[in-house]
Amino acid sequence: MFLGIDYATWWFMIIGAVFTGYAILDGFDLGAGALHLFFNKEASRRIALNAIGPVWDGNEVWLVIGGGALFAGFPKVYASVFSAFYIPFMLFLTVLIFRAISIEFRSKEPMLWWRKMWDYAYCFSSATIAILLGIVLGNMLLGIPIDQDGNFTGDLFYFLNPYAIMVGVTTLALFMMHGAIYLVMKTENRLYTKLTIMVRNTTIFFSICILLLSFYTLLYIPHLTNTIRHHTWMFLIPVAMVFSIANITRSVAKHRFIYAFVSSSITVSLLLIIVAIELYPNMVLSTLSPAYNLTVQNASSSEKSLTIMLIVAAIGVPLVVAYTSFVFWTFKGKVKLDETSY
Amino acid sequence: MDVEILARIQFAFTISFHYIYPPLSIGLGLVMVAMEGMYLKTGNKLYEDMARFYTKIFALIFGIGVATGIVMEFEFGTNWATYSKYVGDVFGSALAAEGIFAFALESGFLGVLLFGWNRVSSKVHFFATVMVTLGSMFSAIWIVVANSWQQTPAGYHIVGSGLEARAEITDFWAMVFNPSSIQRVCHVWIGAFLAGSFLVLSISAWYLIKNKHITFARSSFKIALVIATISGLAQLFAGHKSAEVVAKYQPAKLAALEGHFDSLAVADMYIAGYIDTKNQKTVGLRIPKGLTFLTHNDFTTPIRGLKSFKPEDRPSALNIVFQSYHLMIAVGMLMILLTLYACWLWYKGKLFEKRWLMMVFVWAVLLPQIGNQVGWYAAETGRQPWVVYGLLRTSDALSKAVTANQVLFSLILFMLVYTLLFALFIYLLNKKITHGPYSKGDIDHSPQHKIMAEEIGTL
Repeated sequence: MFLGIDYATWWFMIIGAVFTGYAILDGFDLGAGALHLFFNKEASRRIALNAIGPVWDGNEVWLVIGGGALFAGFPKVYASVFSAFYIPFMLFLTVLIFRAISIEFRSKEPMLWWRKMWDYAYCFSSATIAILLGIVLGNMLLGIPIDQDGNFTGDLFYFLNPYAIMVGVTTLALFMMHGAIYLVMKTENRLYTKLTIMVRNTTIFFSICILLLSFYTLLYIPHLTNTIRHHTWMFLIPVAMVFSIANITRSVAKHRFIYAFVSSSITVSLLLIIVAIELYPNMVLSTLSPAYNLTVQNASSSEKSLTIMLIVAAIGVPLVVAYTSFVFWTFKGKVKLDETSY
Repeated sequence: MDVEILARIQFAFTISFHYIYPPLSIGLGLVMVAMEGMYLKTGNKLYEDMARFYTKIFALIFGIGVATGIVMEFEFGTNWATYSKYVGDVFGSALAAEGIFAFALESGFLGVLLFGWNRVSSKVHFFATVMVTLGSMFSAIWIVVANSWQQTPAGYHIVGSGLEARAEITDFWAMVFNPSSIQRVCHVWIGAFLAGSFLVLSISAWYLIKNKHITFARSSFKIALVIATISGLAQLFAGHKSAEVVAKYQPAKLAALEGHFDSLAVADMYIAGYIDTKNQKTVGLRIPKGLTFLTHNDFTTPIRGLKSFKPEDRPSALNIVFQSYHLMIAVGMLMILLTLYACWLWYKGKLFEKRWLMMVFVWAVLLPQIGNQVGWYAAETGRQPWVVYGLLRTSDALSKAVTANQVLFSLILFMLVYTLLFALFIYLLNKKITHGPYSKGDIDHSPQHKIMAEEIGTL
């Protein structure tokens, strides 16, 4: 116990925070990638690519940390979820590889076909990553058929169900909005003007998606509304989320893009907080029997292990935040292309 | 084929491919630190040119290293779920520490290293280069610690039994400093230094043969030669220390590495040979009592042979273990001879006069790569049939929910993707090297292709 909360719950919150950090950081560069083919000029594409150039790799690290933390904190959840979603995770890895190399290789040759090829690879892999992340999240929300040993018993394409796909599309929309706002901050002139329109369109796209998703959840998936229904004060969280979405449009209209970016980051966080609140204390819901659920308590590592990792996190996270801020600060302001650029 | 062998092939394949890149990053990082350090010290522009040129090569290598690195972390969960549950409590903290202390450090500062040349002062840039290199070295620490724990488990206790059994950590530092970690981390680091410095030697030698960028190439060659020579000699020591740990804690592995069958006898050391698995005999060139001497520093103490272990506790692919191990040693010796000979010529003032030697150095880039790969094959196949030595068998470590077809599908997928990736890597590496350090803006952004300035989009 620490501050009246047990270690497993602390670790649940830390992993949640790391994945939230990942969604905010990699979210904008995945979103920028998903928008890539909407830029028509070579110069625009290069600027968009170089806007994320120095930071995308650092952003992706949060996924590695999140995966490691889940492995360490909740090995049973890790084992169960990763082997259950075999196909989506393998596809995820493949597109992750393609995305990394398309960023890296695009500018290495001048031929038009070469650049177009990597543009397509970059855009589609970014979009696919966003959708797959959403699909896995959607399935986690619904619950998956796992038996008493945590082994998955569903079929190969179980993961493709309407709700999961809706969550996937919503994730894509969220990241596109988030990425467009980031790009607006990094660009000038005509591209900037174009992006302000894209921010508006993607915000509308996201609002529609989240509205539909919320209706669907409220109507058909009662177990995802229990906690908030029983704790009325928690209704403030969705209220805050709606306000933060509204604030994006407001800030964009006033050309205060930093506020817009902060608002969309808050939106990401609040969405994931709602997810965490509704799942807790479960981490993986079994559709076969509630007795098979993997919970924060029954799936966690030993207290000793969790304590060690809390210390690791307490030392490590501030360091990471410090030098990540340094890197972002170094590359602040509008993108200027030079001979080191992609 | 069954799930086990497919999953093992998949892991071996993905990690072998991955392991081409991290050692190059670590080693090249070290060479770049030396170059930028020289620049800061002397102010000689030549050193800055070197650092800038090798940064471009580094970017390419690092990019593929990152892209292929996350795969293994996922595979633990997808293919080896039982293993993940078993080791998560212990192993997880090392993996988490790797992510947070090492990987974040290198990836964070990578942006400054690659794109910061005109944005930060040369001192801050040097700092970023040092941080990236340190980050990649820290990565090696945590990964090798985790692997070493699988070789020589320490600081844990077993909870539960049967399917529910798992290792729980009892002492973090005992886990980190398990009996084999320090020796193996050093062994791996030095292998990486060799990989990086031989890459620079190879590129420089190629320029010298082609009569291009002479001053640049000679100077880089010398810097890399110093690092390669010291590393080669240090590896002799580090390798020996690693083998001592194997002898002490993994006797079955030692017996397999050395092809020693007799249950308890003074052992010869093979220079090269072949294991006749049917007749349980090893044939080849050997030094009488050599193994006993190297292990115990005398000629009388016997060493346990393979026959003293139950058949199910012996590594199955004996020849792979034996040959990889001996190839590693041969390659290591070759590198030492080559670098020492080059140093001697340098001392004589005749280093760059022998064209054939430069030709050898162009191809010698493969030596550390081979050494690193087969060294790991020996370490990992020698640990079999255990995934965690003496605790968890590889055959018990699989995911229960995953079928052979799924693993086969992903294996084929990875093979296709990695083949493409490797072809692109070689193509682009070759191109960067051909471009050389002085061609203005090696990325051709607005050439004869007029269309570049116009609409290229389709959406």
